[in-house]
Amino acid sequence: MFFSMLSEAWHAMGANRLRTFLTMLGMVIGVSAVVLMMAIGEGAQQAIKKSIDSMGSNLFVILSGSSSTSGSRTGSGNSSALNINDANAIGELDDIAMIAPISTGNAQIIYAGNNWNTVIIGTAPSYFSIRGWNVDSGNLFTETDIRSANRVALIGKTVVENLFGDDVDPIGKTIRIKKSPFMVLGVLEAKGQSFDGRDQDDTIIVPITTAQRKLFGNQIPGSVRMIMAQAKSEKYMETAENAINELIRQRHNIRENTESDFSIRNLTAMAKTASDTARTMSMLLGAIASISLLVGGIGIMNIMLVSVTERTREIGIRMAIGAREKDILLQFLLEACVISIVGCIIGVGLGLGGALMVKKMAGAEILISMQSIALAFSVAASVGVFFGYYPASKAAKLHPIEALRYQ
Amino acid sequence: MINNVIEISGLYKDYDTVAGVFPVLKDVNLTISEGDYVAIMGPSGSGKSTFMNILGCLDRPTQGEYKLDHQSIKSLNGNELAKLRNKTIGFVFQGFNLLSRSTLLDNVSLPLVYANDSKMLRDEKSKKLLEKVGLGQYLNSKPNQISGGQEQRVAIARALINQPRIILADEPTGNLDSKTSEEIMSLFNTLNKEGITIIIVTHENDIADHASRQIRFLDGRIVDDRRNQKFEEIY
Repeated sequence: MFFSMLSEAWHAMGANRLRTFLTMLGMVIGVSAVVLMMAIGEGAQQAIKKSIDSMGSNLFVILSGSSSTSGSRTGSGNSSALNINDANAIGELDDIAMIAPISTGNAQIIYAGNNWNTVIIGTAPSYFSIRGWNVDSGNLFTETDIRSANRVALIGKTVVENLFGDDVDPIGKTIRIKKSPFMVLGVLEAKGQSFDGRDQDDTIIVPITTAQRKLFGNQIPGSVRMIMAQAKSEKYMETAENAINELIRQRHNIRENTESDFSIRNLTAMAKTASDTARTMSMLLGAIASISLLVGGIGIMNIMLVSVTERTREIGIRMAIGAREKDILLQFLLEACVISIVGCIIGVGLGLGGALMVKKMAGAEILISMQSIALAFSVAASVGVFFGYYPASKAAKLHPIEALRYQ
Repeated sequence: MINNVIEISGLYKDYDTVAGVFPVLKDVNLTISEGDYVAIMGPSGSGKSTFMNILGCLDRPTQGEYKLDHQSIKSLNGNELAKLRNKTIGFVFQGFNLLSRSTLLDNVSLPLVYANDSKMLRDEKSKKLLEKVGLGQYLNSKPNQISGGQEQRVAIARALINQPRIILADEPTGNLDSKTSEEIMSLFNTLNKEGITIIIVTHENDIADHASRQIRFLDGRIVDDRRNQKFEEIY
């Protein structure tokens, strides 16, 4: 019974091919738009999630404030307000799990005939745990290297590519940073882009003591450019921020109502903003695409209403030879569903094709999830049932005699 | 013993129109026994088509009793009426009322779809019936590829497919020429001889003469009900 009705629905669609095709087109466009938009939106979210994960979680960065020399002010991080003791004091706070003092600067590096300019990060071994960063090959430096200010370096993937090329194994080689020789201890694993778009692999990490004494020479001893601190977990973020603020103000003898000589950045909050933005964007894209799905559904309803009117006599004949109300209902409902489901299959295909094309041509990250396809499918099926139901019930409720007399 | 397949008593049918309630059938009483061959005659507007629709369970009376095969249809719901139309009654219309998009085979087997028969069984039964009405070579033709007389044969085959007790034919020869009409009527005669009760609405005397009983409607009432002498002579 169901199958003969299904085959009838199929034939009824074939009876007016152009019209069926145009009706279906609405569905095809709607579904492919949803699939494509969701692929792009989820891809963007995925990309942001990746860079957030690469950053490390529950992070604060404490930057020293700007300094001003004869009226010209520098950016934050340029005064020498923070020092290694501040860092250690923060590390003593209850809500803080780990800290890493950081000094950074740019430097020219040389290996054999190649040279490259990159960011040098001077820090402590705790930095690697905070950021969840490990070496791909070789070893991380240790507290010993910090204490004796050894000239050892860990280099990022981008630096390896530019300095060594593909053929040379950098481990154990000596590179020159600002002309002083450093031994390469390890190659850091790839982190990719940060959520603000920087290449995190274009960097060299050295012990902070080495950096301070041998690379960025003329600094006040013990001063650091920034301190990275990790809260014990997400729920300590707020209290930790207040505690850090109070502690450093106290240590720096800053009176009330006076501006701090440092600033605290909540990296996790920034990352959350970025990911919220991406989610909002992808929801917006989805919502716009859903509207076209809705329009497609209305198109189906429209055509089904026309079809019911056109086939009034046929409905009368069917009733006269024994069709029940539910048979007529099922017949027209099936037709609407077949149109929307076939449209959906084509739409999913087009959407996936479009997504792959976007990936290839624009290089944008896309993510095709089974969920989004399942969602598009179930939405399409329910659109068929929802918009097909009214015309179908209109057909089923026709009076047999009036339907038979209809010209 | 004669089985009264149709029993009607005190039947009224009113139509609600803008001008008010319009009575179409007034106090109709009629009994038709199984195997009878009845012609219902009367001028247009006399109520014979309305009466036919009620007989065919396509419409319900406003008042009065209609028993089909000893069962009062008043107590039946839409699905049960549909089942009667499907199994007990076969309809033949003036305009044939075939589905133009479907093949003859599919047209004939359509009632079986609603009776839930399998595709194989449907095709087998339909093929047999189309052969019986002489259209065995047109199984996969469409209705617009055959003549009017042939279309009406298809419609009769469709009416017969569920082996109904009663055939209701509303002006079955109204769209046909006299020669084809004769062919269709002789088909009805054959079916009647096989024991099927046949009720034909017509306004042509030649056609009515094929029936064994003639009933005449006027202004919503039965004004004449007699056995047909010619029928006895012919058969």
